[in-house]
Amino acid sequence: MLGLNKKDGTLLLIVIGLTLFAPFLLNPFPVESELAQFNAGYPDLMQRFVIFGIFAIGFNILFGLTGYLSFGHAAFLGAGSYAGVWMMKLLSMNVIPAIVAAVIVAGLFSVLIGYISLRRSGIYFSILTLAFAQMSFALAYSVLTPITGGETGLQLSLDDPRILTGGAEGGNLPVPSLFGLEMRDSFDLVLGSWLFTFNVGYYVCAIIMIAAFYLAIRIFRSPFGMMLRAVKSNQQRMSYTGLNSRPYTLAAFVISGMYAGLAGGLMVSMDPLAGAERMQWTASGEVVLMTILGGAGTLIGPVLGAGFIKYFENIFSKINDQILHGWFAFLPDGLENAMVALVHPFIGKGWHLTLGILFMLVVIFLPGGLVEGGQRVGRFAFRRRNKKAEGAEAEGAAKQPAE
Amino acid sequence: MDQIILQILNGLDKGSAYALIALGLTLIFGTLGVVNFAHGALFMLGAFCAVTVQRLLTLSHEVVDPERTDFLGNPLKVDVPYVMDIFGESTGAAIIDWSVPLAILFAIPVMILIGVVMERGLIKHFYKRPHADQILVTFGLAIVLQEIIKYFYGANPIQTPAPEAFRGSLDFGVWLGFEANQIIYPYWRLVYFLFAAIIIAGVFAFLQFTTFGMVVRAGMADRETVGLLGIDIDKRFTMMFGIAAAVAGLAGVMYGPINAPNYHMGMDFLVLSFVVVVVGGMGSLPGAVAAGFLLGILESFASMSAVIDLIPGINQIIIYLVAIVILLTRPRGLMGRKGVMED
Repeated sequence: MLGLNKKDGTLLLIVIGLTLFAPFLLNPFPVESELAQFNAGYPDLMQRFVIFGIFAIGFNILFGLTGYLSFGHAAFLGAGSYAGVWMMKLLSMNVIPAIVAAVIVAGLFSVLIGYISLRRSGIYFSILTLAFAQMSFALAYSVLTPITGGETGLQLSLDDPRILTGGAEGGNLPVPSLFGLEMRDSFDLVLGSWLFTFNVGYYVCAIIMIAAFYLAIRIFRSPFGMMLRAVKSNQQRMSYTGLNSRPYTLAAFVISGMYAGLAGGLMVSMDPLAGAERMQWTASGEVVLMTILGGAGTLIGPVLGAGFIKYFENIFSKINDQILHGWFAFLPDGLENAMVALVHPFIGKGWHLTLGILFMLVVIFLPGGLVEGGQRVGRFAFRRRNKKAEGAEAEGAAKQPAE
Repeated sequence: MDQIILQILNGLDKGSAYALIALGLTLIFGTLGVVNFAHGALFMLGAFCAVTVQRLLTLSHEVVDPERTDFLGNPLKVDVPYVMDIFGESTGAAIIDWSVPLAILFAIPVMILIGVVMERGLIKHFYKRPHADQILVTFGLAIVLQEIIKYFYGANPIQTPAPEAFRGSLDFGVWLGFEANQIIYPYWRLVYFLFAAIIIAGVFAFLQFTTFGMVVRAGMADRETVGLLGIDIDKRFTMMFGIAAAVAGLAGVMYGPINAPNYHMGMDFLVLSFVVVVVGGMGSLPGAVAAGFLLGILESFASMSAVIDLIPGINQIIIYLVAIVILLTRPRGLMGRKGVMED
């Protein structure tokens, strides 16, 4: 199917299924129930899942395949955001030009930074990308204020020209749309005590993410992808065989920069506001966290990691002591209070602590991320089932290359 | 002329902090070959050692003061710190006043302990793993340390004032024959610079003139051979990690009065310190110190209004710009040894 083998085809179908039915899957609890706070099926969060999914998929094409650890990828996301908002200010509120411009600007920007940074590898590459991103952040924050809006960020305003559609009619700011379909439009489906929200913006993002994911599969399986893997496993040997690795790494860098720009463009299409803090190195660190947590170098890992982090960022931080007391209510009073006190630092505002610990555990014990964890569990179950039937043969099957 | 001297002086204190952190980073990289992204967090922990000491010293109990009354006419309750009970009022007040310098005594053992525990408990398992893994795990550790501090001390900066005696400013210009009030320099920044100079000299002397330092230097040059000679080099390198942590911690303790400590100060300094290390040359101690002061001073020159008028925004990006130029033209850094991480 579409030039994919059976395994990849299934993976793609699973991802398509998951993203298209996400409004159902993420809202498993009835509205009135106590567990409703764990529902993640509201448009804002769902959009963030897929947008950061795209960002992480792109980052993974660089880091997962070539092993070049960029600590400045947020710069491209930021550049894409600014380009997107400018398109909305100058042309029209249609999201298509905004997204296209975001990808192109981020691509050009990453050609420039990649060309210079890729002259070094290893830690020097990380520092160079970090330095460029911090420079972009500092400039966007101060000198480039006429272009970037500085501290307040770049916003739409009523007197923007918007030459394709004319200025704003009435006194309201126009909203981003796709040929008349407003991004914020939602359709609520009530089924018994369940409520499912279908949001236009989410589906635009979801379809683009599926396309981006498909492209990533093709890149992973292409001869070009093999070359990138060769860079990771042994760059020296690659150059001894007469291959120049620079064009390949640069291409990977630009592709992943364009993915980041795409994510930035989508971000402003959902909410037309771009701020400089999107370029800060903590934002770059976040996408590194997502990719590693999910599993660098695997196809589905970054998407899982992005979803995981965004879900827990929003849901974990909502849990408070009262809810905890509810959970541990079955324990005797003293023990209940002790348990609440024990868990308290890790929830609510302490979510970053949980994330940090989790991230360290993953790097230490599961270098393959959540995907490797899942594989290990699967292998364990698989082996036990097969042991009875086939005995030693299961060993061979279990040693399939991790993907 | 006076402007130039002023900018050099202004650059010295920031440069001292960069140099101290970069020195620790280089020590760790040179001995253990580990890229430690948690080093900024160690700097931050040092600053919070000062906060802790200040809190311990000002632990108080309420005493009813019969001589004074509050606005309702009731006897006034006053908080009396325990140190005043123990040492008498004036000595106690002096001890509280000097809490930041006193925190040095507290920070040295604490930071060495933290460093050793960190190395034995975590970093040890990452020697054989790629540099990317080391960066990632120490980055995670930095987040964890920072969040722990945030949990206990809150997100707002906490003032740790310098002792009363150092709070004023020095009219430095008069010494050099300029008119009064031309070059004003706060005492504490001068103290910080001198302190940094002493620490740096101490570290170099320790490495140069003691047997322990000699073994460590030998281990940096050729770890395997030193091991074959029957010396337990791992134990010494662990100790060096502790010392590097203490250097970063002391830099943090003394930095408190210049900038009130907050939980993310480490991350802010970390990025710059890495740039400093790379500019100085990975694994070169004199390079790290020189680059630290150099970049600190360059940064303060770039924030002169005359320069900003010429190239707007230069003060924000000068350090990164220098780093990019150096990395591209001289990958070894200013004083890097040949063959150390040179690719």
